[in-house]
Amino acid sequence: MGGKSLFEKVWDDHVVVPETEDTPAVFYIDLHIVHEVTTPQAFNMLRESGLPVRRPDLVLATMDHSTPTVPVSDLGAGLDAVSDPEPAEQIRAMVKNCEEFGIKLHGFGSNQRGIVHVIGPEIGATQPGKTIVCGDSHSSTHGAFGAMGFGIGTTEVLHVLTTQCLLQRKPKSMAVNVTGELKPGVSAKDIILALIGKMGVDGGTGHVIEYRGETIRRLNMEERLTICNMTIEGGARAGMIAPDETTFEFLKGRPQAPQGADWDAAIERWRKLCSDDDAVFDKEISLDVSDLEPQVTYGTNPGMVIPISKNVPRDTGDASFRKAIEYMQVEADKPMLGTRVDVVFVGSCTNSRLTDLRSVARILEGKRVADGVRMLVVPGSQAIKDRAEEEGLEKIFTAAGAEWREAGCSMCLGMNSDKLGKGELCVSTSNRNFEGRQGPGGRTVLASPETAAASAIAGVIADPREAL
Amino acid sequence: MEKMTQLTSTTTVLAIDDVDTDQIVPARYLTATTRDGIADALFVDWRLDANGNEIADFPLNQPGAADRRILVAGRNFGCGSSREHAPWALHDFGIRAVISSEIADIFRNNSLKNGLVPVVVDTETHRWLLDNPGVEVTVDVEARELHLPTGKTVGFPIEPFARHCILEGVDQTGFLMQNLENIVKFEQNRSWQP
Repeated sequence: MGGKSLFEKVWDDHVVVPETEDTPAVFYIDLHIVHEVTTPQAFNMLRESGLPVRRPDLVLATMDHSTPTVPVSDLGAGLDAVSDPEPAEQIRAMVKNCEEFGIKLHGFGSNQRGIVHVIGPEIGATQPGKTIVCGDSHSSTHGAFGAMGFGIGTTEVLHVLTTQCLLQRKPKSMAVNVTGELKPGVSAKDIILALIGKMGVDGGTGHVIEYRGETIRRLNMEERLTICNMTIEGGARAGMIAPDETTFEFLKGRPQAPQGADWDAAIERWRKLCSDDDAVFDKEISLDVSDLEPQVTYGTNPGMVIPISKNVPRDTGDASFRKAIEYMQVEADKPMLGTRVDVVFVGSCTNSRLTDLRSVARILEGKRVADGVRMLVVPGSQAIKDRAEEEGLEKIFTAAGAEWREAGCSMCLGMNSDKLGKGELCVSTSNRNFEGRQGPGGRTVLASPETAAASAIAGVIADPREAL
Repeated sequence: MEKMTQLTSTTTVLAIDDVDTDQIVPARYLTATTRDGIADALFVDWRLDANGNEIADFPLNQPGAADRRILVAGRNFGCGSSREHAPWALHDFGIRAVISSEIADIFRNNSLKNGLVPVVVDTETHRWLLDNPGVEVTVDVEARELHLPTGKTVGFPIEPFARHCILEGVDQTGFLMQNLENIVKFEQNRSWQP
């Protein structure tokens, strides 16, 4: 028997009833994050069955997906004035559900409201060794702290609300080793895009990934969050990074982090959360980032990605490739660099944190967004928004001609008022370039905040290394 | 959930790889608070043109598609978002099984809880099914086998407890509720509290 991996340690710590041949494990969940979109049907079922929420103290609730990114004065006429009727009803239903079931909601007006995967770490609810779920596939984000975070469906939301548990089979494990030093202008987003390009959008199916290696150790928490966030785009359920001093430093003093003697006990427990030297993984891949370039997608899934100086691949006759480049209106064997841009979106649970906004501000400072380009900068949380305004970042964005918004998922997924028009091309710091993801007929090019900022100034897809 | 032991139907073929759940149900249809009418959103941007007219050559618009219970899809079907609206919409449209060479994790889990059977087969069988749309096949949940009209039978994996629930027509929540005592005990005996 080899040693245990980080994932196995967290897994073992949460098994209430072990799995058998006939039944999956009863698996305990430490933190359940809920938002307005994937929970209403679960709350309806709860109401019909007359059951309570078993552990409202382990539920973190907010509203982010369908919320407008302009100020909302009140939940009645104020909300109706800035939202379509159906999302407005969904938002009001969330408020009512949380009141009825005794769940504290971080709603409009709360300085702790924001994107689910941004506020968890920010308030210190995301901690090493926890199991964290949400009706959202980007729950893998929380793995940056050595937690096991994964997305669930609405039926499973009901399971967690009623029992604080899920039925789970143990996934396989996969090690991703990242080595080498990043060059200026190349970021964590480029690492994860390159990795997905290498492993494919199904390379991680059935696995929990652990990101390891010297490069990962050098990353700050925001960068680690970006990497773990897009784990699901490689098909894996969860992506984890062993906690270290960087993790503890980030968490210390946050509102929900342990305090005093509890903090010392927590640190002692968290230090053991790393893979043993002789841990065995079911699968292993490596990436050297020493010569990594900024990455951009050319197609309609995050695995269709190229280094920014290279051409779109040659057409080998693959039907899915042809469908993708036809939708994107790009040509095989031609560069993406220089392609005209209509919209630039900086935001989403992938890249909307303070360090992302600072990177964008550094490139935009004293410059103007190109004529004909619309740029949206949407902070991941109200706290980030406040902090960015204190630092004067907002002034840099607005002086450059960008729009500065309230926190939310915004243009990542085309279900609130922020959408692409048909045929519009958007350089986006979000996580999915699926057909119509940002609005019907919209075309998405995924990239880092740096590439997004450089492209906004140039009006075409541009290499951020030349804008530094 | 309805009981299912065997399902015999002709197939609809969607020969595209990596179909994501944003295509199955676009996000703008996720604003409802119930699941009523969700089938109208199924593949809506591939099924209808900008004027709301059906696109004739899209597989689900072809004559007889509404009566077919089995969808054969390209590799890695259901990737992307965790929205359970995707299996809800397929189920409400009438689909009861999806066959592919690979099905994404979250979509597969969600499907099993909604009477939609994910059937993963070898690439050779998959290729044959993609190349022969409209053939009649049988998905035998009890035997964990897929029967082809050529006389060939191939096995497919299905999580045993999910299979039990589909065969009996029961949902999984009841089993979890029966474990409440174990859950309380677990919470009391933990070395740390979340």
